[in-house]
Amino acid sequence: MIQETRVILKNAGQNNPESIEDYMAAGGYEALRKALSIKPAGIIDELLEAGLRGRGGAGFSTGMKQQFTSKGCQDCPQRYVVVNADEGEPGTFKDRVIMEEDPHLYLEGTIIAAYAIQATKGYIYIRGEYTDSIYKTQKAINDAYEKGFLGESIMGSEFDFDVEIKPGAGSYLCGEELTMLESLEGKRGNPRIKPPFPAEKGLFGMPTLVNNVETLANIPVIISRGKDWYRQYGTERSPGTKIFSISGQVNKPGNYEVELGVTLRQLIDDLAGGMKDGKTFKAALLGGAAGTFVDAGMLDEKMTYDNLREKDATLGSGAVIVLAEGDSVYDILQNCLRFFRHESCGKCVPCRVGTSLLVRKGVELRNGNPGKMLMLQEMEKEAELMAQTSLCPLGQSPILPLKSAIRYFAKEL
Amino acid sequence: MSNQAILNQFAPEQHNILEVLHAIQDNHPQNYLTKDALEETARYLGMTKSTVYGVAGYYTMFSLKPRGKHVIRVCVSPVCEIMKVNDVLLHLEKELGVGQGETTPCGLFTLEVSECLGQCQEAPSMMINEQVYNKLNAEKISEILNTYRAE
Ligand SMILES: Cc1cc2nc3c(=O)[nH]c(=O)nc-3n(C[C@H](O)[C@H](O)[C@H](O)COP(=O)(O)O)c2cc1C
Ligand code: SF4
Ligand code: FES
Repeated sequence: MIQETRVILKNAGQNNPESIEDYMAAGGYEALRKALSIKPAGIIDELLEAGLRGRGGAGFSTGMKQQFTSKGCQDCPQRYVVVNADEGEPGTFKDRVIMEEDPHLYLEGTIIAAYAIQATKGYIYIRGEYTDSIYKTQKAINDAYEKGFLGESIMGSEFDFDVEIKPGAGSYLCGEELTMLESLEGKRGNPRIKPPFPAEKGLFGMPTLVNNVETLANIPVIISRGKDWYRQYGTERSPGTKIFSISGQVNKPGNYEVELGVTLRQLIDDLAGGMKDGKTFKAALLGGAAGTFVDAGMLDEKMTYDNLREKDATLGSGAVIVLAEGDSVYDILQNCLRFFRHESCGKCVPCRVGTSLLVRKGVELRNGNPGKMLMLQEMEKEAELMAQTSLCPLGQSPILPLKSAIRYFAKEL
Repeated sequence: MSNQAILNQFAPEQHNILEVLHAIQDNHPQNYLTKDALEETARYLGMTKSTVYGVAGYYTMFSLKPRGKHVIRVCVSPVCEIMKVNDVLLHLEKELGVGQGETTPCGLFTLEVSECLGQCQEAPSMMINEQVYNKLNAEKISEILNTYRAE
């Protein structure tokens, strides 16, 4: 029987999220104090060695990203930190809980990250629907200014940093980092072409570090307790803990923070109270709409970035959507395909046309079409083509749920 | 408050446009961005009208047509679908007598659907204006609607 390992969520539900005093009494802002006494490069080294990987979906090394950004465009007059708080991947609700229940934690991480790359300005892009997250974060920012953790000469050091919230307005694609930069500049959410990467040329053309809320929430504890302490959790290549958002057919849906490397079965049975009303497990959709279906054969696989990738599955944002016998994989697959059709920005042909085509073919599957297997093959081919030719990762995503649904559940599609 | 008074609260820079449009839309009793509002915004932020229309039309939280006093947004993403949001939608349509994207004749409610609202642990979910409602069922919906009707 496993238990939660609450490193990131240690204050959540315990402290008053609107009280900076509570946060400080629990050791808050001590990591910032320590960070400011170390050279910026020392912070980056610590994160590199701790092995922290981005929690926004891609799992990229946080230390490396900071290193690139701190070295990007030396002549530029400004460097930015952008906090990705757009949380739009269906089935994901972990960043919301950090923002609502312990907003100072990720704010402190943001300030340390800014110091590491020597950015003096930051933006927190919070999805417009998250009104409580916006409210709590604003309160945290105001109080942090008052205590001298933001603004000029932070804690008596030579480091200045200002941060403000920018609300989104309902677009999944704006969670993609380059599109987010467009949106922050006040434009439509159309993606930019990579390269250049934000580390070189990001917001307003300046080097920009974009990190997810949960990623940033990991930084204070790594700085205050050190890489070795941090590495006691998780696996060699996926160190630390991860918050999984478990939803659907379980008795106790919610956010559970565990060491990376627990299994899907442990998440469901030990933490989420088992299958709802004793139903039988049928499938899980891991990582949301831009994620993969797995069947019961995957219940005992370790949930790490690398192990899941080897098995052609995804960890993604940490969403675990559980389906029981009686639920239709077809319906949920169609739901994902409709989601992509709705969220496609329409800028490039393969995705604009492809997302509509996939939904249409998906509907035809149920119209008594005799050549079902042929149709599934066509859909897969179309999605592969989109993956190869689309301009941005959104168009490259439908293949994930589609291919995995076909792999495990072709019979019932 | 006039649109101009709202605009004056922001620096006249393009990067403020989403906040500006949110504030103007929230201030309108019919929860939408009028042609005049978009033109005033363009002038104030020094953007072309077509760019402002392009931005306003892109983001799903903005509306270019009048809506009801209360905007209902029902989540239709995977978790809510598993947790039977389709029954919830049917019930809402029946109670309100309108379909998706429509406004009740009395002007009180507009019914919209939305992608995941990040409330999946208590699905099915919806928002009315800025308020979240979770674990919905027919009975609960009738109760919720009545509190808005009684206002
Ligand atoms: C379509 C799309 C949507 C995304 N949405 C989010 C999101 O809501 N939140 C997030 O943190 N990352 C999101 N990402 C990932 C970001 O592009 C980026 O990888 C992340 O912000 C990097 O931060 P990290 O290194 O801390 O994970 C999305 C990516 C894509 C392609
Ligand atoms: S892949 Fe889709 S979302 Fe991305 S640019 Fe092309 S049309 Fe837009
Ligand atoms: S799927 Fe409905 S709130 Fe997330």
